[in-house]
Amino acid sequence: MSVPAGHGVSVRIEACGKTFADGTRALEPATLDIARGETLVLLGPSGCGKTTMLRIIAGLELPDAGGRVLFDGNDMTSVPIERRNVGMVFQSYALFPNMSVADNIGYGLKIRGMARQERAARVAELVALTNISGLENRRVDQLSGGQRQRVALARAVAIRPGILLLDEPLTALDAALRDRLRGELNRLLRALGITTIYVTHDQSEAMELGDRIVVMQRGSIAQIGTPREIYFKPKNRFVAEFIGAANIIEAPVENGELVLPGGRQPIGGEASQAAAVAMIRPETIGVVEEGAAPLSGTIDSVSFIGDRQRMLVSGASDKVLTVDAPNTIKAQAGERIGLLIAAEAVRLLPSEN
Amino acid sequence: MRDRLIFTGQLLFTLLVAAFLVVPAILSISAGVTVNYFRGISSGVTLQWVFQVWELYAGTILLSFVIAFATLAATLVAGVPAAYALHVRAGRLSRIIEEVITLPLAIPGLAIALALLFTYQGFSDFRRSWLFILTGHVIYTMPFMVRSVMAVFATIDIKTLDEGAASLGAPPWRRFRDVIVPNAVPGILAGSLMVVTLSLGEFNLTWMLHTPLTKTLPIGLADSYASMRLEVASAYTLIFFVMIIPLLVAMQMFADQEQKR
Repeated sequence: MSVPAGHGVSVRIEACGKTFADGTRALEPATLDIARGETLVLLGPSGCGKTTMLRIIAGLELPDAGGRVLFDGNDMTSVPIERRNVGMVFQSYALFPNMSVADNIGYGLKIRGMARQERAARVAELVALTNISGLENRRVDQLSGGQRQRVALARAVAIRPGILLLDEPLTALDAALRDRLRGELNRLLRALGITTIYVTHDQSEAMELGDRIVVMQRGSIAQIGTPREIYFKPKNRFVAEFIGAANIIEAPVENGELVLPGGRQPIGGEASQAAAVAMIRPETIGVVEEGAAPLSGTIDSVSFIGDRQRMLVSGASDKVLTVDAPNTIKAQAGERIGLLIAAEAVRLLPSEN
Repeated sequence: MRDRLIFTGQLLFTLLVAAFLVVPAILSISAGVTVNYFRGISSGVTLQWVFQVWELYAGTILLSFVIAFATLAATLVAGVPAAYALHVRAGRLSRIIEEVITLPLAIPGLAIALALLFTYQGFSDFRRSWLFILTGHVIYTMPFMVRSVMAVFATIDIKTLDEGAASLGAPPWRRFRDVIVPNAVPGILAGSLMVVTLSLGEFNLTWMLHTPLTKTLPIGLADSYASMRLEVASAYTLIFFVMIIPLLVAMQMFADQEQKR
């Protein structure tokens, strides 16, 4: 029998919606497949239903009638969380204050009836893996935020779960620590190779960690795709604006060119459209001499960010364009410039609302 | 100078309040060891009243402690899981149940007793046993246990802790034993302290529910005040103090220690 790459189970949720007792629709019926060993990120603003979806997969919420949750093809819908073999990291970590760090990590193993010695060995293994050596006998309230996060992760992984579920695990930490732990978490998840579902509202976390990202909006799935797909080929305006910075331009298209106040920008093809919505990422816009590009405008302001400089350019389109230029270009507010944009960098979005 | 004046004023006031509380107790207790109260302490000091009380009322004292600890056991067994359930389950029904449990605080003990008498008048064996008083005490003290445990649950995120334990594979009773109860200990201790002292001192309800054979300590005390020499009743008060003060101090120390941990 051939074993697919990666560890853990494959997950399928089928038509899983969730309506709370007070009538609030938290999640529209959604269907989603997660491959064995894949890291899937549920991304969206607060209240978009991402945590509800995670809790349905975990077994902490029951989907509305008709919804099904399958692990490796087995229906788990009515199986409670304690029999689903999932490892879960909560936003608040949910570490037990009445137990030491080692006892927290070993609790799931104790429940499974693992012998004391074997348990100690497994705990030691995880303490080493998550870099928390020396803290084994500490009480939970003696740990820093970052240490708690590691203990929570070690505890969830200790039981060799079929699937690892992380609910905004880095949100409670300060920015610098969050960046560092994100890298560590990424390495750890890759090393474990276990099926992982990661909930976050932070798009850079989603980009770095996810094999695929599910962008959610008001209880439904807006787009599913790899980080590159989501970034470069957003399906709609919401996704384009939620992920990274985006210039959204509303203008007519004639013979494959976007007709703008500052010139005609080719978008490839020869189509025409009376009212189109186009997205251009700020870093795909090249700053050149005026006249060296079909599109031109006037610099309103330049802010130096370090690795790049952000310019606001007016006159090119009906709205002010954001341009991320290399930090070596010398340009000042008031200057006229040309804007060089590759046809492939312009993405037409369906014109909704 | 001004600070000193304020301090002295505050000290005097505190001492006055303390005296207001303590002096009557001291007077009553001292009467219990005086040969003749009306002639004062100069008549001599004796333990005869204390022995007399012990002979007459040892049974009521014992019964009081039996009922107090049985009440504690009942409120622990029913109250802690109830507090957990009420905390975890939101919803109208939970709030209604919470209100019903709290109701005995607002209803006079006599009214509760009357209701119990009406309800159980047909069960004469039960009516005559100490279990009838126990029932009254459990109803009366339950809100104190449930409330103080719920107060602790409100300060720690017990629902997420429970979910955390569940995600690690723990079935409900293991979660309750390993995670919920250990983290509720401060509330359970505070609740226990109140339940035991309230039960030991309860008079209203008990007076209505007792029979000549099921007298508790406070009922015996009232009885002795009504029918014995004042010295005997005072000696009874002394015994009550000697019994309850060490118990209170011990439980308070235990609670303090738990909080420091």
